[in-house]
Amino acid sequence: MQEFEPKIVAFVCNWCTYAGADLAGTSRIKYATNVRIVRFPCTGRIDYMLILKAFQNGADGVIVSGCHPNDCHYTSGNFHARRRWIVFNELLELLGFDKRRLFFSWVSAAEGAKWANLVNEVVTEVRKLGPFNEYEELSKINVNSIGEICNV
Amino acid sequence: MTKIGYFPGCSLNGTAKEYDLSLQAIARFADVELVELADWNCCGATAAHSLNSTLAVALPARNLAIAESMGFDEILVPCAACYSRLAQSRHEIKSDEKYRTKIPQLIEMDIKGTANPITVLDFINKYVLGKLKDNLSNKLNAKFACYYGCLLTRPEHLSTIERREDPLVMEQIVQLVGGMAIDWAFKVECCGAGLSVVRTDIIGKLCAKILDDANSRGADAIVVACPMCHSNLDMRRNEINKNLASANTLPIIYITQLLGLALGIEPNKLGFDKHFVSTGKFLHKLQKQTMEV
Amino acid sequence: MARIGVFVCHCGENISSTVDCAKVAEIASNYPGVVYSIDYKYMCSDPGQNLIKEAIQKHKLTGVVVAACSPRMHEPTFRKATAEAGINPYLCEMANLREHCSWVHFREDSTTEKAAELVRVLVEKVKHNEELYPIKVPITKTALVIGGGIGGIQAALDIANSGHKVIMVEKNPSIGGKMAQLSETFPTLDCSQCILTPRMVEVAQHPNITLYTYAEVESVDGFIGNFKVTIRQKAKSVDHKACTGCGLCIEKCPIKKIPDEFNAGLGNRAAIYVPFPQAVPNKPVIDRNNCTYFLKGKCGLCNKVCPADAIHYEQEDEFIKVDVGAIVAATGFDIKHSDFLPEYGYGKYPDVIDGLQFERLASASGPTLGVLKRPSDGKEPESVVFIACAGSRDPAKGIPYCSKICCMYTAKHAMLFKHKNHHGNATVFYMDIRAGGKMYDEFVRRAIEEDDVNYIRGRVSRIYEKNGKLIVCGVDTLLNSRSVEIEADLVVLATAAVANSDSEELAQKLHISYDQYHFFSEAHPKLRPVETNTAGIMLAGACQAPKDIPDTVSQASGTAAKVVALFSQDELTREPLIAYVNNNTCVGCFLCQSVCPYLAIEKEEIRRRDGTLVKTVAKINPGLCQGCGTCVALCRSKSIDIHGYTNRQIYAEVSALFNRREYAGV
Repeated sequence: MQEFEPKIVAFVCNWCTYAGADLAGTSRIKYATNVRIVRFPCTGRIDYMLILKAFQNGADGVIVSGCHPNDCHYTSGNFHARRRWIVFNELLELLGFDKRRLFFSWVSAAEGAKWANLVNEVVTEVRKLGPFNEYEELSKINVNSIGEICNV
Repeated sequence: MTKIGYFPGCSLNGTAKEYDLSLQAIARFADVELVELADWNCCGATAAHSLNSTLAVALPARNLAIAESMGFDEILVPCAACYSRLAQSRHEIKSDEKYRTKIPQLIEMDIKGTANPITVLDFINKYVLGKLKDNLSNKLNAKFACYYGCLLTRPEHLSTIERREDPLVMEQIVQLVGGMAIDWAFKVECCGAGLSVVRTDIIGKLCAKILDDANSRGADAIVVACPMCHSNLDMRRNEINKNLASANTLPIIYITQLLGLALGIEPNKLGFDKHFVSTGKFLHKLQKQTMEV
Repeated sequence: MARIGVFVCHCGENISSTVDCAKVAEIASNYPGVVYSIDYKYMCSDPGQNLIKEAIQKHKLTGVVVAACSPRMHEPTFRKATAEAGINPYLCEMANLREHCSWVHFREDSTTEKAAELVRVLVEKVKHNEELYPIKVPITKTALVIGGGIGGIQAALDIANSGHKVIMVEKNPSIGGKMAQLSETFPTLDCSQCILTPRMVEVAQHPNITLYTYAEVESVDGFIGNFKVTIRQKAKSVDHKACTGCGLCIEKCPIKKIPDEFNAGLGNRAAIYVPFPQAVPNKPVIDRNNCTYFLKGKCGLCNKVCPADAIHYEQEDEFIKVDVGAIVAATGFDIKHSDFLPEYGYGKYPDVIDGLQFERLASASGPTLGVLKRPSDGKEPESVVFIACAGSRDPAKGIPYCSKICCMYTAKHAMLFKHKNHHGNATVFYMDIRAGGKMYDEFVRRAIEEDDVNYIRGRVSRIYEKNGKLIVCGVDTLLNSRSVEIEADLVVLATAAVANSDSEELAQKLHISYDQYHFFSEAHPKLRPVETNTAGIMLAGACQAPKDIPDTVSQASGTAAKVVALFSQDELTREPLIAYVNNNTCVGCFLCQSVCPYLAIEKEEIRRRDGTLVKTVAKINPGLCQGCGTCVALCRSKSIDIHGYTNRQIYAEVSALFNRREYAGV
């Protein structure tokens, strides 16, 4: 049987992680093909509803990555991203979402190797978890059966 | 009556009996009951922390745990060396996860770090000074050199004293009782502390500098708040005088004895008869110059 | 209906060696909306660009996706080509097939598959791209320089010599700053005033520079190119137009025992005074806090003797409003004073002095006319101890940083002393000698080797006075940690360099950030060292961090170059990738305002025709917004969006990522 290939989305900022991934390229550091990068001006711009959107559209894992604390191109966008990340995580926890599919990492423009390692680690982790099917399963649930589920 | 924990340590049961006597006397005046910790043990100073870092935390921790179990938030630790060990132990337990789990196993007691060790200067500031002003019976018209030594002012994270390199808290107390605090150079120098037993020659050299400076600047007595300082400056006077051109006769008195005198307590009840260096001349001079308020 | 063109680049073999470019182009041609798709060996070459331009015109493309290298590399190239073909350049996007795909993967099916997906994501994004136009902001070509020390002077002269107007504001009665107080300067030992005062005069006489001394910045509004600044001209009580600077008033003033700031408290001045003989302007002001006329309402001697009728007691603070396009903060630094080193008796013993006081004692124009006399009894010292790092690099004193200038000036002080007293003993206690800089280490070696200054590596624990001598107790860490005691007649502390006490207040007025020590923060520690995070506000000198004169002057010239570059255009052109507000849905919670690092979000009142207020909404100032988008992610009502990364674009991208249902055939 063919091994499961997870689909990973990376939401990254333009100034640090996008450039760090560029550096991985210019350094020819090889990593798994599973990742798709979506470019943002800053991690502060990342609306975390996009993470749910990504899972809805078939992602098995999501990476959010930007400049290290105090290195933000816009001074403080990454701090706001981090704060909202904490709150968002609590929300996901409340919903019973498997947070092991979510990854947050600071990758600077100089950390090409770190980026490659991060992708490889994430792919390995998510491969262990298997495909993310919960969204489809949940979307099949009949509204009438919600009562049953809650009673369990 | 306020009750606080009291950790006398070995000194106040032995060589520093006069410190204990005078401290108890002013505590009675301040309406504070000093409740001795039940079954207290050695604080570990100064041998433990140079030999075994875990033991150095565990020994004082047991005393802290006893105070906690007796329900005290505060423990008066009159000896500066004991204070340093207890405060350091509490600091380690609060800041180091390793000790937080290990120490309770070692001492077989729970410890949260809620009991806070305080120095005698903290005690005086908090409980005594407020009541002092209306109860002064003697104005101590003499010159005093206030000596802090090292363990009340160091290390930085344990010291509760402001302006640690040139503290003024004892000077303020001296002024309150009508005395004059001299400006001198060695108030936070080391007296040699733990070398008191094994290297009296070093004690002699270090203390000679301290005594000589206080003497040359016209002090009538040196005021201390630590039994280690006291024993070195007082008990080792023969060794000290070998390093001086002429024998130094400055008496070394505790800050608690000073307060006791100001409150009109009999010198004998404050242990003035228990000094190695005679306090007679000093007391006589005080008596002559002191006016009844 | 979207008409998208896809252009897949081989980049020689850089992409095509692992990605099947022809196949990517073929797959892309099946994406909805794609009307043209082609691969080519070098898309960035002239023929490659022509291919794009021709396709845009021939196929009437409404969007372009160039699948090639990183957009950080060639986005400007392809946007320019797009514009040349007649459509808006912001309708061009790049898929990063090289850095993010071909270079980091092996040649296998999944690599080509990924490349095709990356193209698909950008195709979906570009469908939602809007036509954008660079933002034009007019520029007022006048610069405000705050601070008249060497940093401010250099910046002002450089800008003024480029033909632009400069307004300089100095809070003291004279410009010159700390440098005017120095006796000699390292590493050349040339006289500080000799090289500085001609510059001061140049500032005063320059036709392009308007100088306000004894003045402070009261408030700052606006944004890059368009600042509106209010300057508070403190009342000098002397009409400087009428005053001839004859000095008769100073001579006759009965209040003469005021500690002289210029001489670091070592001399006295009168209540009406010129800070120093070479002051610019060389006309007096009245120090109202010490003047008998202002304190008691009588005296008036200066008024009686003034031959020019220039004394105006009734003068009041004036507020001057100016428009400027750029602001240079060059407010300098201070040194730590008084009681923070009780172990050294600083503030207690008159003969324990700081570095600035030593400069004044050594200066030919100082209170002792250059004869080194100690403050307590005027005796010329035979033994002087210099203590470097007095407070600096000492976390216990709250100053963990290096003050940078002390190693050099301490070596200079020791040399100056030895030059004045050849047989005297000079001792320096130091932690490390940090003498990086042109001719700097040689200078320190000269102090040690030629001038016989005794350098002891170790710190001083205590200084006390005994029999008229200062006893300095320290340790020599290079000699088996032996403790040393030195009898000194004078002790000079190289006290820590700190930010000015009012720097926090000024930073808040300017809306620039400052660090935990209240030094102003540069926009980037390495690549944007003279700009602040607020566009149009730059830094020069020690207000950013402790700096010596060469570094300050370099930075000031750098700042001037930035200002002149800004003023070289009539309008400011900026990338239009900034945030914008939807007035209809904005509820005016102003959460966005609290996260904006650039204070670019203002309040706008929406009113009916009759003037009644409908609501207050957020409004983006396009001059200030830098386009980080933090406000967008935070907006509860989704009323803020950002050009270039709109919600529609990003959601389209994410939806196109793995949408297997819609793209089942891929």
